[in-house]
Order: sequence, then C-alpha cells, then structure tokens
Amino acid sequence: MTTVIPLLAESSAPVVSDQPVSGRWRRLPTKAKVGAVLLGLFVIIAIVGPLVSPYSPSYQNPSPSLSLQPPSAAHLLGTTNSGQDVLSQLLTGIGLTLELAIIVGVIATALSVIVGVSAAYLGGLWDDVLMLIANVVLVIPALPLLIILLGYEPQRGEAATIVVLTALNWPWGARLIRAQTLAITSRDFVAAARETGERTWRILLSEIVPNEIGLIAASFVNTVLYAIGASVALAFIGVADLSSYSLGTMLYWAESQQALSLGAWWWFVPPGIAVALMGTALVLLNFGIDELSNPRLRAATGLRRVAGHRLYPADPTPVLHIMPEQDGPIRRVLHSFSRSSLLDERRPGLRGNDGELK
Amino acid sequence: MPFILRRLAFYLVAAWVALTANFFIPRAIPGNAVEAIMAKFPNLQPSAYKALEAMLGVGHPGSLLSQYGNYLVDVVHFNFGTSVAEYPAKVSTLLGEAIPWTLTLVGTATVIAFFVGTGLGILAGWRHGGSLDRVLPGLMFVQTIPYFFLALILLDLLAINLHWFPIAQGYGQGLIPGWDWTFISSAIDHSLLPAFTIVITSLAGWMLQMRNVMITTIGEDYVLAAQAKGLPNRRVVLTYAARNALLPQLQGFGLALGFVVSGALVMEIVFSYPGLGLLLLTAVSSDDYPVMQGCFLVITFAVLLANLIIDLVLVYVDPRVRARVATS
Repeated sequence: MTTVIPLLAESSAPVVSDQPVSGRWRRLPTKAKVGAVLLGLFVIIAIVGPLVSPYSPSYQNPSPSLSLQPPSAAHLLGTTNSGQDVLSQLLTGIGLTLELAIIVGVIATALSVIVGVSAAYLGGLWDDVLMLIANVVLVIPALPLLIILLGYEPQRGEAATIVVLTALNWPWGARLIRAQTLAITSRDFVAAARETGERTWRILLSEIVPNEIGLIAASFVNTVLYAIGASVALAFIGVADLSSYSLGTMLYWAESQQALSLGAWWWFVPPGIAVALMGTALVLLNFGIDELSNPRLRAATGLRRVAGHRLYPADPTPVLHIMPEQDGPIRRVLHSFSRSSLLDERRPGLRGNDGELK
Repeated sequence: MPFILRRLAFYLVAAWVALTANFFIPRAIPGNAVEAIMAKFPNLQPSAYKALEAMLGVGHPGSLLSQYGNYLVDVVHFNFGTSVAEYPAKVSTLLGEAIPWTLTLVGTATVIAFFVGTGLGILAGWRHGGSLDRVLPGLMFVQTIPYFFLALILLDLLAINLHWFPIAQGYGQGLIPGWDWTFISSAIDHSLLPAFTIVITSLAGWMLQMRNVMITTIGEDYVLAAQAKGLPNRRVVLTYAARNALLPQLQGFGLALGFVVSGALVMEIVFSYPGLGLLLLTAVSSDDYPVMQGCFLVITFAVLLANLIIDLVLVYVDPRVRARVATS
C-alpha cells in the first residue's frame, strides 16, 4: 500500500500570537523591521541632531591649521577646507534632506490619492483627461525639466524645489491608486454601501481609501525615496540654495573643493553613505510592504529543504511516497511528476531516506 | 484605433506638452531675463540681444501666438538659438557634438544593465530563497547610492589611485575625433569606467523588479500545468514563467528610462564625459539658458522615442497586444 502526500499541503500555518501589538511586529517581514528601525534612527537624528551637534554647521574656524583635519576627538568626522565641523554639517544635513523629502512625500501622496480615486470613481472623460496628464508627466524625463524650471528661479530655494518635485511626483502613485480603486469599486461591500444610501464622499473615505492603505504607504515610501535622490542630485549640480547645509550641498562643496583628490574622504564619504543608508531603509520598508501584500514574495515560501534536498518553489510539485516494508523502517521516498526533476526516485541517495521532513 | 497609432498620438501629445512648457517657462519668470543675461556676459554682441529677446519673449516681439508659431518652426528646423556662454556657437552645433557620446555610452550601458539585470532577476526569482536572495540587502544598498557618488568613489579608487582607467574626458588628449583605430580604442578605453558605473547602479533595480514578478508568475497555474506535462525545467522557466514576467518588466523599462538617463547625465559631469549631461550641467553653472532648453528638448525627445520603440517591441512579444492590433 502506498500513501501519497503532496508536500505543498504542509505549508506553514500562520503564526498566531496572543500578544496583539508585539505579535504583529514579530510577524512583520524581517526586511520591513530592519528598514523601519533604520528609518526611525534617521528620523531621530533629524530631530535631535541639530541639538547635539558639537558646532554650528557654518562655524568657520579662523585658525588655518584646523582646515581639512582628519577625524579626531575634537572633530569626530574631521573638518572641511574652511575648518567647518563635518559631523555638525552631517547632522544638520540629514534633518534638512529628510524634512524636504517627507514634505514632498506627504503632499505628492495626498495628490495621487485625490487624483487616482477621483479618476476611477468619476470615470469617463475625467478619467481619460486625468490619466493623460499623469502619463505625460511620467514619460517626460524629470531631471532636465527640474533643471530648466529651477534654473530660471532666481533663489533656487527649498520651497521651489518642494513645489517642483511634488508636481512631478504624484502621477506614479495616482496610476496605481486608480487601478486599485477600480478593482475595489466593483466589490460587493461597496455596492452594499451604495444600496444603503451612503453618500459618495463617505463611500470614498470610509470604504475605499482604507482598503488602499498598503498601496498609499508604498507610494509614500517611493516618493520620499525619489525626493531624496532628486534633491541630492540637484544640489550636487548646484541647482539649490547653496548656503544651506543639506546632504546634497555638502556633496556639492566637497566636490567643488576637490575633497577626494586632497584625500579628505571624511568630508565626502559620510553624506553619500547617509543618502544611501536612508535609501536602503526605504527600499527595505517597501519590500516589507510588498511581502505583506503578496505572500508569495515571503522568504518562507522560498527555498525549503525536504528530506535533505533543496526544493525551490519553481521545482515541480514534490510527492512523498511512504512505503511500509516488512520488518523495516518506513521508507519515505521523494519523487515528482517531472522526469527531469532533481528529486527523481531513481537517483542514488534518495532511496530509503527517512530524513526528517522540514 | 490600433495600439501603435494610439501610442504615437500619446507621444505626440507628450512632445507637444514638453515643447509648450519649454516655451512658457522663460516667459513666466518675473524680471527681464535678457538684461540679466547680458549683464552676466559682457562680451555678447548687441546682435545677440535681439536673438535672446526673440527666444525668451522679452520686449514683446509680436503677439504671444506668433512667437509660439515662430518657436515651433524654429524647433522643427533644429534651430535652438545661440549659446550665450560660448557665443556665437549655435546651440544645435553644441548639441550635435554631444549627442553621439551620450547615445553610445548611456544607451549601451542601460541596455546591458537591463539585460543582465533581467537575467539575474529570472535566476533569483526561480531560485527564490537561494544564494542570490542572500545578497538582496547588498543590492538594495548599491541601488540607492547616488550615481554621481559611486562614480566619484570609483574614479578616485580605480582611475586616480590604481591607474586602471583614464581619469576624464571622452578620448585621449591631442587625438582628433575620426574613424581611425587610435581614436576609437581611446574612446572605448575612456568609456569603460562610466559604463561600468551605470551598469552597477541600475542593474540592481532591474534585477529586484524582475525577481518579484518572476516569483509571482511561478505561482501561476499555467506554470504548474507545464510542469505536470513533464516539460524540462529550462523550458518551463524560460518560455512559461520568464516570458510572461518580461511584459511588466518591459513596460517598467519605458517608464524608468527617464530616471536612469537623468542619473547617467549627472554622472557624466564626474567623468567630464563630453556628452549631453556635461553640456547641460556646464550650461546650468554658467546660466546658459538657450543651451539648457535645447538639452531639455533633445533629452525629452530621445526618451519619448525610446518609449515608442519599447511599445513596438511589446507588440512583437505580447500576443494580447497583437490581437488588439489585428481586431481593431
């Protein structure tokens, strides 16, 4: 007698925890946890940084012997060519850059929710026109447009950068949210709300938008990520208020004062690493959100070891034969539907393997 | 309306929007831009004043509508005005010198990064949870390093300290551009490090995206059916899973192109590579508005054209789009 057990049936059941809040945190994908902690760290630096920074970022030490000093006890990250403390500039810069990116993220995401939901809900000509605008803005390369827009703006200040970055950033989220709204609007609970005579704005606010929180969070994270990259790149090429101390202007001054060829890596490397780490935190967070909404992406559904063999999700469905033998241990033999499978019964080493199932 | 005609109409609208924005932006700023420019460049001839006025719409040379008409006619004839920083060089000449460099470098490197990244993404998605997944956090970090930052670090390490690559420019000093081997080999030699930087930074993005689509596709029933038929793994992965995962990837390629090209343009300044990026950025630092606007138009049109080509490829690889083309 042979019992055939499809192995995929034993896929892990969701872990249920009796502690709601900490349990929910524990169930978050590791990537999301690392991303959230890293991002939280940067937010704390942004808030506390200016208070604990040892010097004013603009303080120029009059003594020429203190310019371009390598890291020391007095200047943990060394000094710039005019004797400014790099650590103080970095702490201020993280705050400024993050603040700008978050403002852009909030406004642009709000815009994409408004445009996306109304395009889907109003339909018809409104939908066509709004999506045409979104697609046109998406397809025009942003950086050259930013450069000519900000190039004519005499001050090139922070406010102008925020306005322009917001104006160019809402379409991506708006497209996704429109698609999601279309899918949700056809669901039963929305029809039920409509039948009970709910007003349109109430249906939108309490039935549709709450169901898009994951998508809204993802597009916020993406916008912040983009705004950090774009504002740093713009400042690096000099299209920004160069008297402020953002991470981008730090890089601009370090580059234009030849920090690297003078060997002053401590001036140039920290702001770049800070930008990349902030970006990594956001990408990790985004991957975590993806894994939450798409269970197939989770690591738990990836590579598994079955009876001592590596089994990838793309491999053909494995099947376990349990064959009781006379006076012997129960034989567990893995084989599969596919001739070409790695897990063929006829291969040596597999026969009689009663290794534990994992 | 057939798919391609509809897309063509869309790109025409996008091009028109870009042209119109380019026309109105200098006219929307307060103050006299021409005076400001003339004050900055004392060596400009008085004849430049008139040309600038016409281009920037100051001093009201005719109605706005006739200005707009003249502007469109000028653009169609590739007449983008005169550079103010390198007066009296024509903007179209400067653009013509820069375009081949950028097209070869950024184009080739982006296509290489796309194919290698997509290939690695197929592998990583197929072997979900395998060894390629273990380097994911590292890839995410590389992906978020600003292009120009990585470029500067690589330049410092590999070119200045180790002398593996030439330091800057598009070709060796004293060479005359032409189709002889000394020049071409020098140009290739100078493009290796910039190309390497573009590939490294943009590869991870394509790979992560393709991996995620692959993982989702592998869970589809038709993949299971293909396996149940006993098809070889290679065929299941390439013809069933990857073929379908490639469609969103291609669409994403079109949309991300503007972003990738923008990053590559900023990177050109680090290598002093004589392309559009360097031209645009020197124009920014010298307030050379006519050159800035010419660069914007050329880059935008190039990205729109690339998107149109991707749409044509989509018609070729996606039977659903082909069916729509045939029935309508």
